[in-house]
Amino acid sequence: MAFDNIFGIAGTALNAQMVRLNSTASNLANASTEASTEEAAFKAKRPVFEALLSDEMTNAGAQYVGGVKVSGMVDDQAPNIKVHDPGNPKADADGFVYLSNVNEVTEMVEMMGAARSYQNNVEVINTAKALMMRTLDITKA
Amino acid sequence: MKIFDSALGIHEKALGLRSQRLEVIAKNIANADTPHFKAQDVDFKAALDSVETSRNLSTTDSKHFDIPDMGTGRNLVYSVPFGNSLDGNTVELNVEQAKYGKAAAQYQATLRFLESDISGIRKALKGE
Repeated sequence: MAFDNIFGIAGTALNAQMVRLNSTASNLANASTEASTEEAAFKAKRPVFEALLSDEMTNAGAQYVGGVKVSGMVDDQAPNIKVHDPGNPKADADGFVYLSNVNEVTEMVEMMGAARSYQNNVEVINTAKALMMRTLDITKA
Repeated sequence: MKIFDSALGIHEKALGLRSQRLEVIAKNIANADTPHFKAQDVDFKAALDSVETSRNLSTTDSKHFDIPDMGTGRNLVYSVPFGNSLDGNTVELNVEQAKYGKAAAQYQATLRFLESDISGIRKALKGE
């Protein structure tokens, strides 16, 4: 029954968008994090989405083919800003601290995108559910 | 059952195809943010033609089950996007939403046809 697949596919998308929303929350929470070295400084994290194209990519027997998965997380490549702040306990020998490279505006846009995509897939599930119920009603005809 | 096959006509096959088309569009919507994903759609006319003309896998014993072949797998086409995107994804969410809504309405229309066929059969059986 094709409707089972719709629920599975939209479910994988809900999952992936939730990971995206979570990483946005984490990035925003760490927006003002400071560090002593550029390597240790916080870098914004983003999920990489990948389409589930075959059975091998999902659990055996699960109706997820055609859905989406998070294949990994990547760091934002933007440079970490270096600020002279000798009074900061995190300051290095020269008195510099490294700020996170989180851009709040980008994160807000990501958040809205993730929320809209999530809502979209919820609507897909609702429509499929309504159609499934209508199909059951065929016995009353 | 032979009698019901002819009574329900094309709508029975159309219902299966329509639900599979909904699935294909759901896949597109799920992958709206996946880089390099190419949106697909069902070539409905070709799929319906192949369901009508092709024989199902033949069964050699009366105890074998019929294997339904909806034919959508062979009749998938790639959608041509209105604009290009930077990440190579060709899903246009608004277009897919509209398609999904329309496909859901078409599914209900096919259901309505089936319902009236079934109530017709039921009336005939009762002999009212």
